Amino acid sequence: MKGTAGRVKSERQVEREKLRRKRALRSGSIASASTFVFLVLVVLLITNSPGWDRVRETFFSWEAFTEALPDVVAGFWTNIQIFLIAEPLILLIGLLIALVREVKAPVFFPLRALAVVYVDVFRGVPTLLIILLVGFGLPALQLQGVPKDEIALGVIALTLSYSAYVAEVFRAGIGTVHPSQRSAARSLGLSHGQTMRHVVLPQAVRRVVPPLLNDFVSLQKDTALVSTIGVIESLRQAQIYASSKFNYTPYLVAALLFILLTIPMARFTDYLAARSERRRGA
Amino acid sequence: MTLLRIENVWKRYHDHDVLRGVDLAVRPHEVVCLIGSSGSGKSTLLRCVNLLETVDDGVIYLDDQDITAVRTDADEVRKRIGMVFQAYNLFPHMTVLENICLAPRKVHKVGRSRAEGDARDLLARFGLADKANAYPDRLSGGQQQRVAIIRALATQPRLILLDEVTSALDPALVTDVLGVIRELKEGGMTMILATHEMGFAREIADTVCFLDGGVLLERGTPEEIFTAPREPRTREFLRSVLESRRL
Ligand SMILES: Nc1ncnc2c1ncn2[C@@H]1O[C@H](COP(=O)(O)OP(=O)(O)OP(=O)(O)O)[C@@H](O)[C@H]1O
Ligand SMILES: [Mg+2]
Repeated sequence: MKGTAGRVKSERQVEREKLRRKRALRSGSIASASTFVFLVLVVLLITNSPGWDRVRETFFSWEAFTEALPDVVAGFWTNIQIFLIAEPLILLIGLLIALVREVKAPVFFPLRALAVVYVDVFRGVPTLLIILLVGFGLPALQLQGVPKDEIALGVIALTLSYSAYVAEVFRAGIGTVHPSQRSAARSLGLSHGQTMRHVVLPQAVRRVVPPLLNDFVSLQKDTALVSTIGVIESLRQAQIYASSKFNYTPYLVAALLFILLTIPMARFTDYLAARSERRRGA
Repeated sequence: MTLLRIENVWKRYHDHDVLRGVDLAVRPHEVVCLIGSSGSGKSTLLRCVNLLETVDDGVIYLDDQDITAVRTDADEVRKRIGMVFQAYNLFPHMTVLENICLAPRKVHKVGRSRAEGDARDLLARFGLADKANAYPDRLSGGQQQRVAIIRALATQPRLILLDEVTSALDPALVTDVLGVIRELKEGGMTMILATHEMGFAREIADTVCFLDGGVLLERGTPEEIFTAPREPRTREFLRSVLESRRL
């Protein structure tokens, strides 16, 4: 506390701070009270609904929960693996596509056109459809070197879909770097590539970290879509259990696991956004 | 002997001729000031010299090499020319030292320790030694512009182009930046400045050029231009500058 050290606070300031504390306390109690009332109302509404007894049995069965947990968790490990492999691939390919679209040299026209088509196609087709097409279509071609493994096919499909999004995120980031920065770099004698690498990209990447993380939260959830091509991941495990025991609690287990995975990412995104906000304010 | 020769340069944006047949020769160690109202084409002329724009007609020679030729390697030409802009000069993600060392290291392939040593010498010479590791957003506008000039200087260019380097600054910060330019002149640097600081142009220029609607209407020593301009348009411009000063 600078300046307040050897100084006695005035009567008025003491009074003011007392009042402020009282106010803070009051806002705090109002917030807790209203939250409590709200929760009670929600619980009452649900538990008094006509179908509640049945729902409790099929969705909130403790027995089914503990029984299904190990299998669903084991399946969830597959989700995590898919995510961990797909994420770096997506970053790499997304960045490459964004860069290709920035290169203006005429030799690269076919490449640039290809990048545009790629983004248009894979951003336009629903992810689920891409997974089905890749999962069932690619192996059917019987090409040499195409993996037969469903997990690998799932990774390929997710990478195709998400790298199109991520490419656009990178491109938007590149677009936000002020043109004078390029002029300044070029006037120092840096080539187009050097300007990109040392001046434009470092600034662009910093700006797109929050939207990228947002895309990754979405990717984590979409790993469940690969269950449609036969990958036994958490959703599929829950499905297997649910259909054999006629109990849906395992879905709840899977949902909880996904939430547990995405929450840290979401908080991290918030933290980064807040930090860059503070930086700008400083 | 000329270092830079601009001959009949035309530049057009859309349907508007921004430069209309500009001729200008710059000798080694000469300081040329471009004056003229907003939109008269000062920045455009500087950008053409630095090949940030392609000319629509005419020729520019640097050291007797036609740099407007189609085959010219623009990156190679820019190695010999330094340029400082009005604003947004420095790279915000690099420290002052990194900003200054970037071109020497990546373009001129100078070793790291030598580049940094040279950069620190330059910073010390211009009173910024303690800012070497600061990021640009921690510097005042005047300090930022001085760093930008040092950065242009670090590649030891033949010629430095300065485009209204003080017009985004508080009057109090202008003095420092002008001090740096003054020192460059004493060191014999060849410079072309676009400026609105008439007092400074008068003090530092060897030649003053008045641009009007893309035409280089009048040129001469500061004495000639500021005390006895021949053209009515020049007189009018100088009068309007004086009047706006008084406000
Ligand atoms: N990239 C561009 N596209 C279209 N018009 C442009 C472009 N750059 C400049 N112009 C136009 O060219 C004219 C000359 O601009 P220029 O920036 O050279 O003027 P200036 O003398 O530097 O003015 P100021 O003193 O305001 O900086 C202006 O009319 C401007 O609108
Ligand atoms: Mg200008």
